[in-house]
Parts: sequence; structure tokens; C-alpha cells
Amino acid sequence: MLKPFVATRIFLSILCTTFLIACTGGGSDESRVEQGTREGVLHFGNGTEIQGLDPHIVTGVPEHHVIQTLFEGLVLKNPYTLEIEPGIAERWDISDDGRIYRFYLRSNAVWSNGDPITAEDFRWSWQRALMPALGNLYNYMLFPVVNAESFATGEIDDFSQVGVRVIDQYTLEVELNEPTPYILQLFDHYSTFPVHRATIEAFGSASDRLSQWARVDNIVTSGAFELVEWGLNSHIRVEKRASYWDAEKVQLNAIVFYPTENLTTEERMFRDGQLHRTEDISLDKIPVYLRDDPELIEIAPYIGTYYYMVNTTRAPFDDVRVRKALAMTVDRELLVETVLQGIVAPAYAVVPPGTLGYNPPKTFDFDPVAARELLAEAGYPNGEGFPAFEILYNTQESHRKIAVAIQQMWNQHLGVGVSIVNQEWKVYLASQENLDYQVSRRGWIGDYVDPNTFLDMFITDGGNNKTGFSDPLYDQIVLRDAPAAQDRDARYELFYQAENILLEQMPIIPIYTYQSKHLKHPSIKGMPPNIMDYYNYKYVYLEAEE
Amino acid sequence: MTEATQAGQLMEVPKGVSLWQDAATRLRKNKLAMFGLVFLIFIILLCLITPWIAPYGYEEQNLRLGASAPSAAHWLGTDIFGRDMLTRILYGGRVSLFVGFIATAVALVIGVTYGAIAGYAGGRLDGAMMRFVDILYAMPFMIFIVLLMVVFGRNILLLFLAIGAVEWLTMARIVRGQIQNLKHQEFVEAAVSIGLSPFAIVWKHLIPNALGPVIVYTTLTIPSVMLLEAFLSFLGLGIQPPSSSWGLLISNGVESMEEYPWLLIFPGLALTLTLFALNFLGDGLRDALDPRSSGD
Amino acid sequence: MWRFIGWRLAQAIPVILAVITITFFLVRLAPGGPFSSEKAVSPQVQAALEAQYNLDQSMPQQYLSYLADLARGDFGPSFKFPGRSVNELIFSGLPVTAELGFYAMLVAVFIGGLAGVIASLKPNTMQDYAPMGLAMVGICMPSFLLGPLLVLVFGIWFDVLPVSGWGNSSGDKILPSITLGAMYAGYIARLSRSGMLEVMSQDYLRTARAKGLPEYLVITKHALRGGLLPVITYLGPAFAGLLSGSFVVETVFQIPGLGRFYVQAAFNRDYTMILGTTTFLAALIVFFNLLSDVLAAWLNPRLRYQFKKKT
Repeated sequence: MLKPFVATRIFLSILCTTFLIACTGGGSDESRVEQGTREGVLHFGNGTEIQGLDPHIVTGVPEHHVIQTLFEGLVLKNPYTLEIEPGIAERWDISDDGRIYRFYLRSNAVWSNGDPITAEDFRWSWQRALMPALGNLYNYMLFPVVNAESFATGEIDDFSQVGVRVIDQYTLEVELNEPTPYILQLFDHYSTFPVHRATIEAFGSASDRLSQWARVDNIVTSGAFELVEWGLNSHIRVEKRASYWDAEKVQLNAIVFYPTENLTTEERMFRDGQLHRTEDISLDKIPVYLRDDPELIEIAPYIGTYYYMVNTTRAPFDDVRVRKALAMTVDRELLVETVLQGIVAPAYAVVPPGTLGYNPPKTFDFDPVAARELLAEAGYPNGEGFPAFEILYNTQESHRKIAVAIQQMWNQHLGVGVSIVNQEWKVYLASQENLDYQVSRRGWIGDYVDPNTFLDMFITDGGNNKTGFSDPLYDQIVLRDAPAAQDRDARYELFYQAENILLEQMPIIPIYTYQSKHLKHPSIKGMPPNIMDYYNYKYVYLEAEE
Repeated sequence: MTEATQAGQLMEVPKGVSLWQDAATRLRKNKLAMFGLVFLIFIILLCLITPWIAPYGYEEQNLRLGASAPSAAHWLGTDIFGRDMLTRILYGGRVSLFVGFIATAVALVIGVTYGAIAGYAGGRLDGAMMRFVDILYAMPFMIFIVLLMVVFGRNILLLFLAIGAVEWLTMARIVRGQIQNLKHQEFVEAAVSIGLSPFAIVWKHLIPNALGPVIVYTTLTIPSVMLLEAFLSFLGLGIQPPSSSWGLLISNGVESMEEYPWLLIFPGLALTLTLFALNFLGDGLRDALDPRSSGD
Repeated sequence: MWRFIGWRLAQAIPVILAVITITFFLVRLAPGGPFSSEKAVSPQVQAALEAQYNLDQSMPQQYLSYLADLARGDFGPSFKFPGRSVNELIFSGLPVTAELGFYAMLVAVFIGGLAGVIASLKPNTMQDYAPMGLAMVGICMPSFLLGPLLVLVFGIWFDVLPVSGWGNSSGDKILPSITLGAMYAGYIARLSRSGMLEVMSQDYLRTARAKGLPEYLVITKHALRGGLLPVITYLGPAFAGLLSGSFVVETVFQIPGLGRFYVQAAFNRDYTMILGTTTFLAALIVFFNLLSDVLAAWLNPRLRYQFKKKT
């Protein structure tokens, strides 16, 4: 055995050399973004690491981005106009009463393993998506289809009773409960995408959530790209698929998705030339970019509303005057101008203005004087006697900033004692679920472009109505009258009515209308901003700037 | 002090120097430690009288002003809500120092008691108690603390307990070691023969003599506790808004480090300098109380 | 020696068992189960989810079946990533964290040790104050402050090093390693300095000098061994600290390591992942403590003799 002294020296030398080798290494002068632009590879900052790729199991925007490249449904959307475009369905007929859709699938659409994509694939996939045992959190997307809800709740267990039928190999017929005008938009949602039956069944039962079918080596996909590499917490790489029916339209060669939870790090990656596009940008950096590099930042209206929910089952929030007083002392204009850097719009209703031509009512304004009167009427003049309460929000920098500002506003204008508390996502959701909060922050992004996606949240016992709000007339309008309306104007009149009811009772305090905000490298073309922040990767290409 | 000799004459006996006086002299000579002590006293005083001297309200916002660089009106600038940073740093200091001292105190009380009992008792009780400590020592505490905070929400009391629970182990070991060394000395035998109860022996004689390393270790524990709190705050698990601590202020400042560097620099300086001071003082105390330890 | 190792190993088992048990029940007590989600979960879906993950069994039952699986080396499925097992997640993150920890340890031992030795050679002069001052900075500056500062200076202002990632671009391992290792470099610098100072005044060194050995040989052949002993003993706890320090560093630099997985799992209430990581890390720490103790014993002949005596 070597003398310890000599051994130590040798050991140390080896260590040093290893370290140095690890740290050096040839680096080119070209940044990753420049190389990507040259090679047609898009480097995409994608937020949190995705849970998985099974379209019937996962939820979340980052998952959506990746799944959108790998899978396709009946239809697609045009990223400029959000108009419906044919996807796997080449064309479709709609019956006169608007309840029966017949989709004609194109015969050259194939899975990534060469199997043709057939109407039976859709039928089976929807059966799987609705299976109670699978636990698909988005199964309600298919509820407009006859008996879909009953099948999903287990009321019926014979899927043939559900309104989806295979007419022939490439023809699919869908029967709806009501003439749902936005139904085609739902068919561009990934929870309605078909999945490859043989692959799934090769790895377990259809409802096995732990199945390995969606792994890199096993997965079979239907979209414009196929999955090539997935390093956990590192990157996901998808490449253009030659067998895709519209392959000649696809201009990108590959997309690499990076998990970027930390906003500050993501922004630095962008600046360092490692990303073409970021998922988000922190509020503090916005004025800097707007001032110095406005061509790099993209801010656009986004179909979402940021609001505070109020627990109407707990005193003193069960008094509508209290809720209104709170709503009237949030200085939205000031908040938007200062903390939110002027990039969003104040909201006084739950449906974003202009949602497919709908304009919500405005029933109140920032009015501290009137608010104080209301509060006094409710028994708390100048906030005396009003119990101290908490604003709940999920851990995130911007939510905290808004809560801090609003807390101060309520204190200042109403004299009430407010503190703020943050919880992680899961706990936060559980608190809301159990009505274990007083005031809580909430945001809702529309699943499709129609006011209904916001208004149907607040039906009695609605899964996303965690406020205790319940109004039979509201339910009536939203669930029965509006879907049966003759035309859009009639529908919108009914929605307007319903929203008035909602605002009259103020179980929620609207704050602002979302904006999507991203940093985008100028070499990205064909990825226009739109109200759903929707990307159709067939339109995207990279062109170097001169 | 005079002493009667056999011959009945009064003799002057040179005044002895106690351990503490000796240590104090050595400490005074250590410039770094004195700087640390002075700085520490300064900052503690400042934080104590904050409610009376703070120029602005702690939560007073000025949204239109937003974040502004240091100026005459705001010596250390303002944050994005227009809140005065000097005020917030002072109040944050109150919290950070409070957590640091209290959590350390918790660790101190538990550790000293436990270590003294184990050290004095000896034998099987000692063996069992120290085995328990060994087992706890091997646990990945950081992981538990993260888990605890995530599970039970961020209760400041829980924070103290959690942090204190991590730090008492080493304290117990040190005290036990000291007690073991001391208990064989003659003055203990004397005490036993007088008939003092074990409790009195431990409390009145052993612990005071073991205090040296305990004091040193305590002074060095406070900074690591404060760092721990800052670390937890960074992960979002420590002090919650609207309260603030230096750790929280730093973690906020990091986010906007480039646009508003003063939001990071001043709290960062406050924390780092205080930790410096504590460490220098601790080092100085160790050198003063045990001159052999660093070979000066 | 072997008896010593065996005894320590035997001690480790109750520790790990305790870790598993405490973690298991702690996590189950937490509010917010793994399936809370923004989309309203209907009771059927909730029940189906729970059944698949064995959450519908009673707690003691779950605990026992978990232990049984563990004995086979199966950490169970991840709750957050359906289709992935915890084993897979741990083993994808482990090499990264191990590498990060190794380089950080290198930085700590090499730079810290060197600094301390240099300082000890001329105590109370600039050669002493400068490295020790830097060491103090390392100890007092939290990693989440140091990391971003280093990124700002070297990644943005001077643009010589990448700002994030691990293994994606050349040189991206430098900043995270330095950030993580800095604090331990500081401690080790102090330890090695005091260790060296203590040893330098020993008689056997005087003998070596009297023999006519050049000073550098005196230091490297004789002094270092004794002087670095406290450093070796410190390595065990340092390792544990490195592991937890990796949480922050991996988050700041977006490194796909085990620490980041752990933090994500804690926030996501991914029960099995939390349990698996905690158990795994505890076992690692125990092992490393053992290693460090053994190394210390081997280097210190007095301790070695003590063990021989016991056997």
C-alpha cells in the first residue's frame, strides 16, 4: 500500500484534474439560440417540469404545450384568428338543430407507428377519457355529448349509450345534448385527443394511471412531431415527423422544451441566448424591457380573470354589504398602473370584455366613500369591530405583491385589519375546497373562447365555485336558458343578466383581466399573440435577423 | 485580601485574577472581537428602539413612488410598494435577531440540561442518552425542517422549535464533555462529601464551570440559526409577510437585483455584517476563554 | 476496526427506520393531498385515484406495505409523475447532485484547506488575515445571496460563464460548485488553520526541523497529516450540509438534481417521493458519517490503537 502521503498527493492531483476538465471544454461562440435558428430548432422555456404526456391524465399549461406538438384532435385552430381549421377531421356536417355533428376523417392520417387513425380510435379514446376509474380531471370537456356525464359518474356503464358513434372507418358521428356553439373549440382541447389503443393495452389496462405507455421508447403519437428525448428536469426534445399528414406544412425541425420554474433564471437564460421564448416574465423586469428592448417582450390580452373569492359562508362575509365594500375599495387603476406595470386591464366583472364579442356589465366603481357607508350600515363604522382576516394566495411573487397592495388599501380606506398568508398550491387548493379561508386569490383561464367557460363556474355546488354562492335563478339561466337560446345575441343577453346577478351578490371581487407576457426572440415567426395564448406549431418557423 | 499567618501577622496576598477577569482582558485586546461586540450592541439597540425611531410606518405604502434609489427622504431607498427600506430593515432585524436569540436559547436550555444530566450521571443512563443523541445526529434535519414547515404551515413558534431542535445536540455533547472532565475534580468531591444534592452540584458548581465552551458555542450558534431562518425564508417556508426578516428581504431583493440593487445590498449587508460580528465575537471569546485552542 | 464498523452499521438501522416512520406519518398528516387540483375533482375520480395509489387502505396498512416494498428496494410510484417510479426519479437526480456535491467538496477541501494552511504559516499577518477574511465571507453569506451575485458578475456583466444548467454548456458547473462549496470552504479554512497552528508547535516538528528537513517538507510530510485531522472529522457533517445546501443551489441554477426533486416533491405532496428521498438521503448521510469517522481513525494512530484495544 502506498504511503499515505504519496497517496494523498496523487489523489489530490486526480481530483484537481477532474475538476478542471469538467469546467473547460470547447465552447463555440454561437449561442444556442443562434444555432437553433440556423438548424430550425426552437428552444422553448416551458415553466414547471411536466407531469407526463398522457392527454387524459395530465393537466396544466406546460403539459399542454408539449402534448400539442405530439398529439392532434379532430380540429385545430388558426393562431392568428382562432378560427377552427381541419385537423384529423377533413370536414364535417352539422345537423339543422345543431346537435349532431358528422366528422369525416382524412384517410392519410397515421399514427407514428404507421397505423391509420380511425373513427374507432376516437370512440375508444373518448370512452377511456370518460372512464371513472381513470380519473381524468378534464372529463367535463366531453359532457356536452349525450350521456357522457352519466357515463363519467358511473350512472350508466354501457358506453354505447353515449352520443358518439362509428359510422364507418373514417366517419365519426357525435350527438350533443344542446346545440353547443363552442363545441368545436372543445375538440381542440387535448383531453379529447385520440390515443393509440394497442400501445396502451400493451402496457396495462386502459385505466391504469401508472402505465409506462407514454415513455419515450413506447409512446405512439398522432401529431406533427414525435418524442425523441426526455431528460427529467432537464429538457424534452420533439422532432418533425415525416409521416404526419400535413408534414410539408411543418417548418420547424425540432422543438426543445426546458423546465423553467424560476422566473429570474428563465429571464437570464433568455438573455444568455439559451431560449427563444420564455413562459413568463417577472413584473419587475417588464418596465426595463419596455424601455430598452421593446421588440423582445410580447404582452397580449389573455382570456383570464384574476379575482378574489370571498367565503360567503363565514361571518362577516355573509353580509353582501361587506363584500361590496371590499370590492369598492380596491383601487384597480392604481394597482394596474403601479404594481402591475400597466400591462393588464382592471376588471369589474368575471368575463373578460370582448370575449367573442360579449361585453360584461359594470355595476360598481372604486368608491371609498360609498364603501365606508356600506360598511357602517353593516355594523362596522370605520372598521370598528370588524374581525381581522387573511388574504390567502398561492406562493408566487406577483400574487404576493398584489395581496400586499390590496391589504394596505383595505386597511387605509376601511380601517379593517388584514394580513396575508400564502400556501403551496396543494394546500391552497385544499383550503379552498374545504371553504377554509376568508378571502382568497383565484385566477381562471378560459378553456375556450366563450363567456360560458367563466359563468358556469358559479352554479350551485359548481366544482370551481368555492364561495358558497348559490342562486337558483343564476343556475336556471346558465344551465338551461342560455344553452337553449336561439342566437348569439339572445344568449349574450341572458349571460348579461346572469352576470348582473353575480355582481349584485359579489361572492367574488374581480381585480384584473389577464395578459399573457413572454420574452420572444425576433427570429420566431408564425407565433402570433392571441387571446388563448394558443400555439399552432405548423405555422411557426425561425428566420435569422439581419 | 488579608490572611492571618501562623505567626499572627497580617500579610498582603496578591489579588488573584479569576478566570472571567483573565478572559475579559484577553478579549479586550482582540480588536476584531471588540469590533464585533460593539457592532452587535449597536445593532441590537437600534433594533430595540426601532418603534420609536423609525422614520416611516412599517407597512406604509406609496404605490406611486414605487421603488426608488436612496435619497434624502429615504436613506436606504424604497421597495416596489414605496415602503421605506431603512424602516423595513430595522424591523426585519428585530425579527431576525429575535429568532436567532430565542431559537438559540431554546437549544441552550435543552442542550445544557440534557448534557449536564448525562455527563454527571454517567454509566448506563449516560450511555443511553448519548446513544439517543447519536441517532438524532444522523438524521437529515434540514429535510425534516422543510417537511415540518411545509406540513404544518409557517408558525413562528414552530420555527423556533424546529431550529432549536436541530442545534441542541451539539450543545448537549459539549456540555456533557465538560461535565465529565469536571466531575472528577476535587471541588466536586468536596461538594459531595458536604452532602450537596446532585442537583445543587450540577447547578451551582458544574454548570458555571462548564460555561466557557457553552458561551462560545452559543455565540457561534446564533449566526447559523439566523442563516437557517434566511434559508427557509428563501424557500418560502420561514417568516411570512407582512412580517419581514433579513432573510426574506434578501430573498425579495434577489429577484430584482439588477433593477433595484439597493433592495439586495442593504439587507444583505445588514445580515452579513451582523453575522461577521457574531462570529468574530465568538472567536474572540473562544480565544479568551481557552488560550490553547488556537495556538496564539 | 471491523467491529467498530459493524457496530456503527448496526446503529444505523434504527436511525433509518425512525426516519422512515417519522416522515411517513408527518407527510400523511399534511393538509392538501397529492391530488388536489384546480379542476374540480369529482368523488368518483378521487376514489379511483386513491385506489390506484393505495391511499384507501388504513394508515398502518399503508405503512407496512411500504416497508415491505422498501425491503425489496422498491420506493413506489411517484404521485406527481404518473408512470414514473420514485427509484427512477431518485436515480436520475442522484448522479447530478453527487457530481455537484463532489465538486463543491473539492472546492471546500482544496481551496479551504489551502487557504487555512497558508494562513497558519504566518499567523496575524496579511497572509493570515486575507484568506481568513474571505473564509468569513463564505461562512456569512448565504448561498442564495452568493449564487445570484456570482451569476450577475460572471454570467451577465462579464459574460464568461453560463447562468444555469448542468452539462448543457461548457463551464456551467463552475458557478454552482463554488456557490455550494463556499461556506464549507470557509469552515474548513478555519479548521485547517487552527489544526495546523496546534500541530506546528508540537515537538515532533521541532525534531524534523532539527534534522535539517526543508520547511516545505516539514509541512507536507508531517504537519499536514495532523493538522488536517479536524478537517476530516468535519467532512461527515459537511456532507450532510452540502446535501441540504443543494436545495437552494439547484433551484437557483436550475440543476436537475435530487435536491430540487425533493423540494418539488415536498411542495407537491408527492408522498412516495418525499419518503423515498428522505430515506435515501438519510442512509447516505449515515454512510458518510461512518466513512468520515473511519478515515479519521485511520489517520489518527491514537484512535486506531483505542479500537484495537477494544477488540
